[in-house]
Amino acid sequence: MEKFDILSAIAAPLLEANIDTDKIIPARFLKTIQRSGLGKFAFYAQRYDENGNENKDFILNREPYRHAQILITYENFGCGSSREHAPWALLDMGIRCVIAPSFADIFFNNSFKNGILPIVLPRAICDQLVEDCKLGANARITIDLKKQQIIRPNGETIDFDVDPLRKQLLLDGMDDIAQTLQYVKEIDQFEEKRKENQPWFPSIQSKELNP
Amino acid sequence: MKARTLFDKLWDSHVVEKLPNGTSVLYIDRHLVHEVTSPQAFEGLRMSHRRLRHPEATLAVIDHNVPTTDRDQPIAEEQSRQQIEALQRNVKEFDVPFIPLLSDKQGIVHVVGPEQGVSLPGMTIVCGDSHTSTHGALGALAFGIGTSEVEHVMATQTLLQKPAKNLKIEIEGTPKVGITAKDIILAVIGKIGTAGGTGHVIEFTGSVVRNMDMAGRMTLCNMAIEAGARAGLVAPDEITFEYIKGRPFAPKAKDFEQAVAYWRTLATDEGAHYDRVVQININDLEPMITWGNSPEDVIPITGKVPDPAEIADESQRKRKQRMLEYMGLKPGQPIKGVKIDAIFIGSCTNSRIEDLRIAAQIAKGRKVADHVWALVVPGSGLIKKQAEAEGLDKIFKEAGFEWREAGCSMCLAMNPDRLQPGQRCASTSNRNFEGRQGPDSRTHLVSPAMAAAAAIKGELTDVREMM
Ligand code: SF4
Repeated sequence: MEKFDILSAIAAPLLEANIDTDKIIPARFLKTIQRSGLGKFAFYAQRYDENGNENKDFILNREPYRHAQILITYENFGCGSSREHAPWALLDMGIRCVIAPSFADIFFNNSFKNGILPIVLPRAICDQLVEDCKLGANARITIDLKKQQIIRPNGETIDFDVDPLRKQLLLDGMDDIAQTLQYVKEIDQFEEKRKENQPWFPSIQSKELNP
Repeated sequence: MKARTLFDKLWDSHVVEKLPNGTSVLYIDRHLVHEVTSPQAFEGLRMSHRRLRHPEATLAVIDHNVPTTDRDQPIAEEQSRQQIEALQRNVKEFDVPFIPLLSDKQGIVHVVGPEQGVSLPGMTIVCGDSHTSTHGALGALAFGIGTSEVEHVMATQTLLQKPAKNLKIEIEGTPKVGITAKDIILAVIGKIGTAGGTGHVIEFTGSVVRNMDMAGRMTLCNMAIEAGARAGLVAPDEITFEYIKGRPFAPKAKDFEQAVAYWRTLATDEGAHYDRVVQININDLEPMITWGNSPEDVIPITGKVPDPAEIADESQRKRKQRMLEYMGLKPGQPIKGVKIDAIFIGSCTNSRIEDLRIAAQIAKGRKVADHVWALVVPGSGLIKKQAEAEGLDKIFKEAGFEWREAGCSMCLAMNPDRLQPGQRCASTSNRNFEGRQGPDSRTHLVSPAMAAAAAIKGELTDVREMM
């Protein structure tokens, strides 16, 4: 996982609430068995016309927003299906940070696990950032994760919250599994205790499935 | 000891370690795996040279991509075949119990788990699929996870989680004839909205739920996720134990008695605290149907398509206007009588034997309208067999419904069963998003009885007129 410390980038506004994961990446593109290469399918229905050509009206097809690494959007971003292809697609198209008044739970979690930082801010502040987006290519927004600050193009700062553990993992670029395996002794003990307390607890044996 | 909710008990009994930030390492009892969200997780294990910690707590099935006809033929669609073959290779390499395509036990992962007794009360159950909430009907904490979490569970048999808040939805009243669990859950989502349960686990309670069969409870919990909740729950009771008894992977004989004794302790204690309580009375509930592209856009079948002009918030208004356009509907138009092209009875929401029985009752002795493509897809091979033993397949076929093999089918456009652009479908599935049943498809979510009735009338209709 790529480390996330300071990101200074173009931000694109997606002024819609309830952008669901079907919109972020339609189900028909989920058939891949790899993680990479999904960026070209992101926002497919909005990004391309029926012949597969880019739709010039869609913001992420326009300069300078096609180089955006930050998205500013509205409530309940990432709702719908739990597909992790959504953050993979965003990441693959270069997005490292999404700012919105609220997120769907699963998408929120999946983002961190893939090195994307979701930031929750009130709608009024999102709207301020939207105004910043409109300033063009020189108007970079900076996310300083260590300080938990967004630096606007005019130099003003906005503080944001982030879970301390997740912050550390993002800063270190360390995956969750490595972190959890530090507790393998505790997991072993949990299993031992259950064997004692719930001796009836069944396991799944292959032979019963394929007689 | 402090009074605790069912959720609190499930949570507390699975915490391995509390981390300083309020996250816990949560033990996972059952991991269900399907072909769409697992290949990258197996890829991750392989890349990091990790093993799968507990194959005997894991069960893999194929359901999303499988065709529902001609199962003995090779799978035509290249990518579908690739995903299926990848899973077949992976379960061999990592020694994971797997239900092959041609087995009677094959079916939709959320139908198969309870049916096989793999999902049991008191467990934590996860799957890389949002409708894992279905298994909560047994009194298990069951929720959907993403692929990196799938890999996390494979490698550690745990997940990093924060506790959810408790939301109690109390359902009281006496349902009128023709009202099913599907109508109730659509009404609940209509009431609290698709973000109404965010951050919460919903426990469904009240006399209606206590009297409901397991199929109905699974329908409720299945769609808890559409209300934004992390999971749905129903406290295990005699109906649950009766359902579990004798299932292949359920504890047997004395073990079963011991298990039941434990399961009885799970119900919410008297006086336990819920962060929120929502009460719903269903005395006057009518059959429900969605008109828009979110499950919260729901009205009674006797109702009219709402007029977005009345919505104050601009982005909300625009969104609803766009839905009307997408769905090809007009504000104020009665929903009843809108012509349809297809109906779909199936999906992890409504493909159990109980659902098929209700639909067959409506279909019996009638004919599907000439212009309608009507698909009935049982949730598992065993349900299909059971339905055939009861003669339901004959009823459907004689009426002009297609009778298919088990799978996700037209719930999502990943396999050959899908709508053409612009086609309108009354569907018993759980999502009516844009493009869900095929590019530019139009989905109206309904109960199995309502879908069968629509097939026969050729339009959206009130099933009560046919009962
Ligand atoms: S039936 Fe539909 S909702 Fe259920 S698991 Fe399959 S695709 Fe998902």
